[in-house]
Amino acid sequence: MLAELQRGARERVVSRRAGLTTNYAVAHAVKAVDVDVVAVYPITPQTTIVEKIAEFIHGGELRAELIHVESEHSALSAAVGAAAAGARTFTATSSQGLEYMHEVLHIASGLRLPIVMAVPTRALSAPISIHNDYSDIMNARDTGWAILIASTAQEAYDTVIQAYRIAEHPDVQLPVMMAYDGYLMSHTLEPVELYHEEHVRGFVPRRDRRNVLDVRSPITLGAFATPDNYYEFKYQQEVALRNVEGVLREVEADFAARFGASYGPVEAYRLEDADYALVTYGGAATGNARMAVDMARERGIRAGLLRVRLYRPFPSAPIVAALAGVKAFAVIDRAIAYGSPAPGPLYKDVATALYMEGLTVPGISVVHGIGQRAMYVEDFYGVIRMLAEGAGTGKVLFLGLRE
Amino acid sequence: MSGWRGLPIGAAVLRPGSTADNVTGTWRVVRPIIDQERCIRCGICWAYCPDGSILELKRGYTTRGGKSYEVTYEVDYDHCKGCGICANECPVKAIEVVPEAK
Amino acid sequence: MEIEARFHGRGGQGAVTAVQLLASAAIAEGRYAQAFPEFGPERRGAPVRAYLRISDRYIFRRDPVREPLAVAVLDPSLILVEDVLAGLRGGGIVVVNTRSGEVAARVKDSRPDVDVYAVDAEAIAMEVLGRPVVNTAVLGAFVRATGMVAPGSVRRAIEEVFPAQLAERNWKAVAMAMEAVKRA
Repeated sequence: MLAELQRGARERVVSRRAGLTTNYAVAHAVKAVDVDVVAVYPITPQTTIVEKIAEFIHGGELRAELIHVESEHSALSAAVGAAAAGARTFTATSSQGLEYMHEVLHIASGLRLPIVMAVPTRALSAPISIHNDYSDIMNARDTGWAILIASTAQEAYDTVIQAYRIAEHPDVQLPVMMAYDGYLMSHTLEPVELYHEEHVRGFVPRRDRRNVLDVRSPITLGAFATPDNYYEFKYQQEVALRNVEGVLREVEADFAARFGASYGPVEAYRLEDADYALVTYGGAATGNARMAVDMARERGIRAGLLRVRLYRPFPSAPIVAALAGVKAFAVIDRAIAYGSPAPGPLYKDVATALYMEGLTVPGISVVHGIGQRAMYVEDFYGVIRMLAEGAGTGKVLFLGLRE
Repeated sequence: MSGWRGLPIGAAVLRPGSTADNVTGTWRVVRPIIDQERCIRCGICWAYCPDGSILELKRGYTTRGGKSYEVTYEVDYDHCKGCGICANECPVKAIEVVPEAK
Repeated sequence: MEIEARFHGRGGQGAVTAVQLLASAAIAEGRYAQAFPEFGPERRGAPVRAYLRISDRYIFRRDPVREPLAVAVLDPSLILVEDVLAGLRGGGIVVVNTRSGEVAARVKDSRPDVDVYAVDAEAIAMEVLGRPVVNTAVLGAFVRATGMVAPGSVRRAIEEVFPAQLAERNWKAVAMAMEAVKRA
């Protein structure tokens, strides 16, 4: 019944089915939500997003101010100014660009500005790499931004649209980062269903925001806070960020009704009766793990997959619920948390979430795809086999590493 | 003081000019005093004051020598921090800086 | 049913655009497809591989194609520097841009179990586009040799990607190559 309703909704809202890279899908979403200001500095593999947006503006399909800046630090600073003045604002970057933005990341969230940023993820220097992993986004995980990680081009398109509703929600008013695999998604062409833009604009109507700069009714933003108040402002931020999970569910319910699609904070695949679970994020790790789960099932191993889509705030409850019943799990991380208790950043979050609920499910920390080292379906199947053979808590695996 | 729920989000300051509520005059250890007889109303102290604490008042003044001015400059002692820049910049040495405590 | 293919070219020859056009053509037919590059350094002249998958369902896997059903070689000199036939399935198809029948025969000799097609894509590109950008000519030969997508869908994809005049010329390169391609 619901599926039929969703199909019906989709037929009404889809304008065309196109072959698009994820970067182009993001640009189409930015156009559909009718942003006012775009401030971006070019960096591979992000650049084609803003190239496409520039084409839209040049062709008169999007009426927005494209601000040319001289660095990513300036790109986000310009976005902060625009958002503070009440503009619907977009920016995008990758890798060193996100690092260079770092101090402004905290300013954007501290000023409670609903900027949306796309991050096709990329490895960090040194040595220089233009290829994909998630080191950049992991360095930004504690900056007070909401972080969503998409796994398909369609989801990236849908998520940018949802991100503005979430960011501008009165219980949130925070910036949102939407990440996905650089190259492995940013430069992969696949089918995307684009929506009639009037439906998108109906879904993300402009709403009056609190505390916007307006010369007719002046306020001050960016003032000093003494020890008497600073802590309270930071706690407000923590509360607002934690509101994101509930707001996401609410926004997705409306999105599902209008567009016939939803993803949730986490996505489970064949987990209901699973003995062994892979936990992933992003496109390549998730897609290949999903194929590996099918392979394992064909061979009689009850495997399942849990994909983390909402990374900040961390959706502990659904993750703990999904993993509470498995015999063992493995978290596939696409970044190294150097010198940490475990090398995988997501693994640390999952382990903490389980520990806080008093659970001790055996789990292993797997690192893979660093600097876009090729990840094959068989690699993920190998991890499931390892779990089935009894590899448990404390095991650390640097997959695909040459000895 | 307000709890976290009562503060404006983003640490916004919602009332323009509310900085004037802070009586920074208590930070002062020395006090500038303008000698209205010597002051030539050039406005240099008003322009240089880093805290906007020189007041330009639309109030006439006639010196003992008979010279009339339409404005009078006075120090806003609620906010003057006693930095002495006004005295340093005054071209006719009409501002004297004296200790607050005797 | 999932079809996998691999294109070998050099930076600037348009291998990535070729697989994107093929994927777009399949998508225009209501199917699912995935086209992605495996970039080395982004430099003109550097060897580039591009991958293509076509299926009747959404394609989840995102790993390099290792056992393609078809391979296209945009530059015959690549045969000297890398194993362009690596993993090619028995009964598979190779499409090579070459003006020499000798090159095609040599490929056929090395893999008697696959079908080899040759096209002088450079001559077509020079005639139609005035530049040695061989991707659309090789694409035409590939479409004729493999039947992976319908020529009409390719035309539609080209018209979506290129401005009108360039689309017309590129479609002409596709059509000429479809006529000119020969089985070795």
